[in-house]
Amino acid sequence: MSNEMNVPTMASLFAEGKQPEVLFWVGCAGSFDDRAKKITKAFVKILNKANVSFAVLGTEESCTGDPAKRAGNEFLFQMQAVTNIEVLNAYEVKKVVTACPHCFNTLKNEYPGLGGTYDVVHHTQFLKQLLEEGRITMEGGKFKGKRITFHDPCYLGRANDVYEAPRDLIRKLDAELVEMKSCKTRGLCCGAGGAQMFKESEPGNKDVNIERTEQALEIKPDIIAAGCPFCNTMMTDGVKNKEKEASIAVMDIAELIASADDL
Amino acid sequence: MEYIPQILFTIILIGGIGFFAQNVKKLSRNIKLGKDVKINDNKKQRWTNMAKIALGQTKMVVRPIAGFLHIIVYVGFVIINIEVLEIVIDGVFGTHRVGLSVLPVSLYGFLIGTFEILAVLVLASVIIFWIRRNIIKLKRFLSAEMTGWPKSDGNIILYFEVVLMCLFLIMNATDTSFQNLDSGNVVSQFIAPLFSGLSKGTLHFIEQSAWWLHIVGILTFLNYLYYSKHLHILLAFPNTYYGKLTPKGQFKNLEAVTNEVKLMMDPDADPFATPAVGVEESEPEKFGASDVTDLNWVQLLNSYTCTECGRCTSECPANQTGKKLSPRKIMMDTRDRLVEVGKNIDANKGTFEPDGKQLLGDYISTEELWACTSCNACVQACPVSIDPLSIIMDMRQYLVMEQSAAPSDLNNMMGNIENNGAPWPFNQQDRLNWTNES
Repeated sequence: MSNEMNVPTMASLFAEGKQPEVLFWVGCAGSFDDRAKKITKAFVKILNKANVSFAVLGTEESCTGDPAKRAGNEFLFQMQAVTNIEVLNAYEVKKVVTACPHCFNTLKNEYPGLGGTYDVVHHTQFLKQLLEEGRITMEGGKFKGKRITFHDPCYLGRANDVYEAPRDLIRKLDAELVEMKSCKTRGLCCGAGGAQMFKESEPGNKDVNIERTEQALEIKPDIIAAGCPFCNTMMTDGVKNKEKEASIAVMDIAELIASADDL
Repeated sequence: MEYIPQILFTIILIGGIGFFAQNVKKLSRNIKLGKDVKINDNKKQRWTNMAKIALGQTKMVVRPIAGFLHIIVYVGFVIINIEVLEIVIDGVFGTHRVGLSVLPVSLYGFLIGTFEILAVLVLASVIIFWIRRNIIKLKRFLSAEMTGWPKSDGNIILYFEVVLMCLFLIMNATDTSFQNLDSGNVVSQFIAPLFSGLSKGTLHFIEQSAWWLHIVGILTFLNYLYYSKHLHILLAFPNTYYGKLTPKGQFKNLEAVTNEVKLMMDPDADPFATPAVGVEESEPEKFGASDVTDLNWVQLLNSYTCTECGRCTSECPANQTGKKLSPRKIMMDTRDRLVEVGKNIDANKGTFEPDGKQLLGDYISTEELWACTSCNACVQACPVSIDPLSIIMDMRQYLVMEQSAAPSDLNNMMGNIENNGAPWPFNQQDRLNWTNES
């Protein structure tokens, strides 16, 4: 994993008078969280390998406002949204890809009403498209026959009805896709959404991520695949709690693909 | 003298329907206590949703056993009610089985035969429903909010249906002329022997009693709806029509906030400017919801539509892990408070007298609201397009924007977003640092 990454910023491309094909919205987790940064890098390596012309906002990116909105602070959300939209519109951004379903949902659904309309896709949709266009190839050697289960992020699945893109990619890895008892429209939340990530959970008899991890363990997977940095954290914590981290990996779809290609 | 039964029947019929109509007016007034939202978009999609979800029961069959049994009861209920048409005509005009005088015997027999078979299927399904609630004690019928009246309500509805179906079959079994016809008595012919040996007069008396109790039972049931969770048999239709069409993850942007944000972002705006002449300074709008009148009318319609099936609660991750939140309770609380507000208005000649209570705190606790992960499992699970999540979010808005009463962890998170554009205390200038880290 030592290849040099090429990560142009919108500002630098703009200075050269260039417009990238797509803006990669990294998100706060992807920028700052140690685990999520690995996902960001894996995705960038795939983009570089496929020669996708992309750029990031870098220091001009700011929280989409999703956790503020879900916490009830509409005011802060709209301040964030309007500020971000000003930046995005100034760069005449048309297409956005992000590896975070929360950013994806907010940018895609809640920004248009405030003046920011873009073609927003989740990175699993984008990767599937790259594959279909022949811009990336996938060899499943490394994952052949491995039992992989996909944990549906609420803000990708139920919130936006994207269920198949990540699963199609897993199948392309020649892996054995196994489903948990609650999946797709009935997928169980990891427990992080609705700003729960940033607070102590309310009193109960179990943490949501433990419940979800138990569902995953029931089907004895080798890998729990995720498509959201927050789900990834919750599931990783769950697997550690069950002392299974030696035998079960929690990986993002982008990491699976990058790793299959030895990027 | 011979017209007395007809007059009596007509009075009961008009009285029963009239009383129900009065209550429907109240229901409609209560729903309109909600904030106005205009919904006149995508009519085609909305009619399609109503046809698929309410009429076609597509979301019921997600749970196959309950879904299948429910479809039997639903189809039975709708089709057997065709028979009520004959009962009403007979009752008003003093005829007996008027259908026989307008339809060929074979067709009449086919119709009644179908009703009899459906009646037995409904009876069986309703008994299974009762067993699921009272003997097997399925978890979703036993949550904290399902004690007392809601529990009895569920059973009373089942008893009603058992009694109505039995009366219908007894009425047919003891009708000697119908039995002699031997067409359509597919089920009742096996019940008739139970009454053998009784005199003709007694049989006629039983048949007439069953007939009267059947129609009085139906009118009672109709009027029971308003006081029960069973209104879904009517409200499921408008509710699925007005259901959310945008992606589930899309939460509406508060317009009142947008106006303020725009003002703040506009460099030319003068916050101290005196309002233009003629423009009255309007009272600042209340953000979010602390009582039912802060919710919109669709959310209030949702609350009356809820039949307390508990699919939302059984799918809720917070509820599954022992938290206090139950989306069903959110809907029941909203309805109960709305009913209370409605009664207050009735008792005070059409105006609401403050009663020192509200939905927030007196019905729904903050602990419930803060347990939600906004995962949309409840919205997905609802067979009639109810959206408990929107109520939770509106109430969170009130807590945060009107009361600054967020949990302290969330205040930290929001402070971070405000100061450095991320929910964690990282500097925005460090957003690209990951590119240089191995």
